Amino acid sequence: MSTFADFISEAPAKRALLACAMIGFSNGFASAFVVLRKSALKVGTLSHGLLPGIALAVLFFGLSQWSALAGAVFAAMFIGLGSLFVARTSRLDQDTALGILYTAGFAAGYIVLTRLNIRQKLDEWLFGSIVGMADSDLWIAFGISVLAVLMLTAMQRPLLIFLFEPNVAASLGVPVRFLNYATFGIVILVLISSLQAVGCILSVGLLVAPAATVYLFSNSARALFLGGGIIGMLGSVAAFFLSYPLGWHISSTIVLVLGVIFALAYISSPRYGLFSKRRQAA
Amino acid sequence: MHATHDPKHDHGQTHAHGHDHSHTHEHVCWGHSTHSPVHHRLEISNLKVSYREVLALEGINFATECGRSLALVGPNGAGKSTLLKSLAGLLKADSGRILWRGSPLVSSSHELAYLPQRGDVDWNFPITVRGLVEMGRYPNLGWWKKYSTHDEEIVERALAAMDLKDLEKRQISALSGGQQQRAFIARALAQEAHVLLLDEPFTGLDRPAQETLIRLFKELTREGRLLIASHHDLKSVPDIFDEVLVIKRKQFAFGPVKDVFSEKLIEETYSS
Repeated sequence: MSTFADFISEAPAKRALLACAMIGFSNGFASAFVVLRKSALKVGTLSHGLLPGIALAVLFFGLSQWSALAGAVFAAMFIGLGSLFVARTSRLDQDTALGILYTAGFAAGYIVLTRLNIRQKLDEWLFGSIVGMADSDLWIAFGISVLAVLMLTAMQRPLLIFLFEPNVAASLGVPVRFLNYATFGIVILVLISSLQAVGCILSVGLLVAPAATVYLFSNSARALFLGGGIIGMLGSVAAFFLSYPLGWHISSTIVLVLGVIFALAYISSPRYGLFSKRRQAA
Repeated sequence: MHATHDPKHDHGQTHAHGHDHSHTHEHVCWGHSTHSPVHHRLEISNLKVSYREVLALEGINFATECGRSLALVGPNGAGKSTLLKSLAGLLKADSGRILWRGSPLVSSSHELAYLPQRGDVDWNFPITVRGLVEMGRYPNLGWWKKYSTHDEEIVERALAAMDLKDLEKRQISALSGGQQQRAFIARALAQEAHVLLLDEPFTGLDRPAQETLIRLFKELTREGRLLIASHHDLKSVPDIFDEVLVIKRKQFAFGPVKDVFSEKLIEETYSS
């Protein structure tokens, strides 16, 4: 029987550990945007919507890292912009349109992937397979992480005004339309990087829980970004070390650990949690 | 003619001037010394605005200038908020012109501050009073310019002017209504805004807070700023404002409060 020391000395395990740290940090960093934009549900639909894109790409171009990425981007654009289009050209609102488009797309993607007989891979897309990451996957995750963190940092000033007052930010000279597109792009990229680690069903957790945890303690929006990154990273790395001895699925353990950290914050936050004075007064 | 001004040139000039001026003087209203206030003129002509494809305002014509306070009065749905938003450049006008010192007002975004209705603000946002006021430096700093000691001084002064020094570390929901209003005015001061557009600033304030705000309004106009606020308490208009614009989708009256603001006018405007 192999020990933990044996396991960690193997290349796939090292890669997985590195991936946990990187993807945990970038997703946690970006989760500040998702929390402040109050768009957790939208991100959830988007992440599910990636599946049909991947399925189509696999169907037409065969399974490779790049075809899957291209498919995911295409699907996200199709569902995001498609729902906007339906909302503008009918009496339905965008959320309703999203609800239909992403479930129908997800169903279609599932059927395509099951018909393709790559059952093994399908589970990985749905729930992630961080141990199965190749060097090239790691590089993609690294590139996306650096890009997302740099962009969110560079845009910090206008972004915070945009998040605080989306409807009036323009009066302060904030380029609202540009930020809308840029942040949409960043969220898609970050989702794709986490797809391999935690899969499209669990990725929302990684993109919401870290900053939501910091939000219960901090009154600085800037702290949400860095704090979210740190919690995302520590939670993911802790989950990596927990999952082996317990024999738990890593991706699920990551999201579970982040959920537990959030629950502890919710219980212990002096001002904005379960037992805060504010709540008792209300 | 104002219209012959090169807007870019003009913009740069005021910016540089505001910079050194705010160092040396107590109030931040630059331009007061070099240009006579008459040059600080806001002119609205033939403004027509639609909101969600429904005509909200038309035939709006008025001109006012810095150092005054103007009340926007009219029944609910008359287009007061719409007018403020189009002045702020948040709604595009169908036609007509909004000129500030001869150039489109929105092209000088740091000179103009829009203060939203209190109900429109996300009070749970993780930001302190100081953080909010610091946001006011954004139009001057842009994306990356370093936040300097000069910016710091302006923020300090804005906090002090609005009597918020003791509250600067508070999260914005932990303030009273009057304090919240003052925090947003402090941000406008930090922005070195010349024109303040306020949507129902007196709504929901208790009596003492209203009196404080009236006093601050007078100070701000004395410093040479132009204040334009929608206001629904008709009785208090003469106590707070110099001028009044009465609208109900169209312009009913405009002028000094003491000349145009009469019971008869109110009756005409508010009767449907």
